[in-house]
Amino acid sequence: MIEMSGVRKKYNTGNVTFEALRGIDLKIGANEFIGIMGPSGSGKSTLMNILGCLDIPSDGNYLLEGINVRDLSSNDLAEVRNKKVGFVFQAFNLLPYATAFENVEVPLLFAGMKGKQRKKRVLDLLAQVGLTDKVNNRPTEMSGGEMQRTAIARALANKPNLILADEPTGNLDSKSGGDIISLFDQLWKDGHTIILITHDQNIGNHCQRLIKLKDGKIYNGNGVPAV
Amino acid sequence: MNPRILYNIFVRDFRKQKKRMLLTVTAIAWGTIAILLLLAFGEGLKQQMSKNRKGLGDGIVIVWGGRTTKLFEGLGQGRRIRFTEEDMKYLKRRMPELKHVAGEYVSWGVNYKYGDKIFSERLTGVYPCYEDIRSHYPEAGGRFINNIDIDKKRRVIFLGGVIKEKLFGDEDPVGKQIKLNSVPFTVIGVMKDKIQMGMYNGPDENVGSIPATTFSALYGNRFFNHIIYQPYEFDNMEGIEKRLFEVMGARYKFDPTDEQALSIWDVVASAREMNNIMLGIQIFLGLIGGMSLLIAGVGVANIMYVSIKERTREIGVKMALGAKKSYILIQFLIESILIVGVGGATGMSVSYILTEGFKRIPIESDAINFMGRPTVSFEIGLIVIAILGVVGFIAGIFPAMKAASVNPVESLRYE
Repeated sequence: MIEMSGVRKKYNTGNVTFEALRGIDLKIGANEFIGIMGPSGSGKSTLMNILGCLDIPSDGNYLLEGINVRDLSSNDLAEVRNKKVGFVFQAFNLLPYATAFENVEVPLLFAGMKGKQRKKRVLDLLAQVGLTDKVNNRPTEMSGGEMQRTAIARALANKPNLILADEPTGNLDSKSGGDIISLFDQLWKDGHTIILITHDQNIGNHCQRLIKLKDGKIYNGNGVPAV
Repeated sequence: MNPRILYNIFVRDFRKQKKRMLLTVTAIAWGTIAILLLLAFGEGLKQQMSKNRKGLGDGIVIVWGGRTTKLFEGLGQGRRIRFTEEDMKYLKRRMPELKHVAGEYVSWGVNYKYGDKIFSERLTGVYPCYEDIRSHYPEAGGRFINNIDIDKKRRVIFLGGVIKEKLFGDEDPVGKQIKLNSVPFTVIGVMKDKIQMGMYNGPDENVGSIPATTFSALYGNRFFNHIIYQPYEFDNMEGIEKRLFEVMGARYKFDPTDEQALSIWDVVASAREMNNIMLGIQIFLGLIGGMSLLIAGVGVANIMYVSIKERTREIGVKMALGAKKSYILIQFLIESILIVGVGGATGMSVSYILTEGFKRIPIESDAINFMGRPTVSFEIGLIVIAILGVVGFIAGIFPAMKAASVNPVESLRYE
């Protein structure tokens, strides 16, 4: 499903070059539940952005479902993000002026799904995350857990194989956080591949495999199952 | 994009930066009013001009006799060419493209007398077609000279408004007798007031008209002062003028290229020139209005830049969810066009109300008679909409391009 070899990422800030990733080799199979841990500045988010095709490597190769992302145009990358990847963020990142329904609808609109079918899909997704009664609520009228569940429904909109979650429980109390993790468990059982960044050792241990990052390098779990 | 979401974004932006948004929309509305009123003013002026021009007559050519300047078939220079009644009939026969041909006799000083009022004024001898081609329309209760008057050489007179005023004051003159150089004439009508922009000899309101046949019988004139013709079609005025020189040249033996033999005032050509001048004025007024709209457009671009800066995260999220750059571009473009659209619609409504209101003000003044009243035409509406579209597009495209170039990684970095 995912194959990375020698992936490096350099950022140029003025005349200082900063290397966030220093050669990542990684293999992730279908239907894995991966946790990524590491201290701040270890390159977790950069790795996540590259995995999600928001960014492309400066060096090395990244193959997502056999496609080398370096060969893709910006429009192709947008399509990959739309169809193959689902993002879940720590800050939820819902559109503040749109209802739960409208937020979940966004990726479907980008995918060009027709009205009737789209409406049904959105309602199914919201039912799947248990928000049937919050369809017409705006983010300001929802709790943190509800917002994150809306975001997960949105991530699932176009049935992507890969779900990328960047500290999805970081802004939640432990109860809501627990609910979100059970939701991810369910998605994993349904056949999705889940990659989850976390600071929480408990959540890390909960994952099927844990990848630890430090200074832009993996220092255990080098493509091999660790747990 | 769901139009409801678009609407919600617009409303939210509006709330968030209410004052700035209100100022921007007002600026667009103001610019629209400026351009629309200026164009409407130009249109009113143009329409009034063409109305005023009809005071002299529409689509007519006035021809005076002249002197030959070229030798022709053994004949010398300096021969006078003048029109007679026979020439008039001859031209009617030879030039079927002419709807009307009519000569006019003029006498510069004739004594008008009614009761104890007496003065000297101009008198013309004319034909019935003058009613139409020279806009000698009678006021209610009167009539213009007709064919029977011509045939019977009746002593009837049609008065210009000023002469009527001087002779009769408030009295109704129709059917009354006046004396012209001591010869009694019956007044048959008074000319309706009109604005007359073009004239020869003087304004029509200062002249009395009698049948041409009566005129020549009474004063012995053999030659018309000039003739007036009106063709059926106006698209080949020059060709008709050339024909006139040929026909008259053959009749009086002068070189048809001798431009001095006849002198011509083509009212149609003058009207065309005037229209071009008016078009120039309208373009100028449009440019001035366009400038103020352009400034308003800068305001829109500004507010769009601010809005985009505040919404970089939203743009990043949309990109993460699979939005293509073109999609982001179009979204912001539509937003700015929406702002311009709302402002433009407001401005257009206000201008419409203003011009309609102005039309209803029942004042009559020389200024309005000359300048006309602002008039919004369909074309002006279209032009303004097109300009608004261009302003909206230009004001939107640069901010939208900036939005589309947002780096999703940067914008999603958690603060």
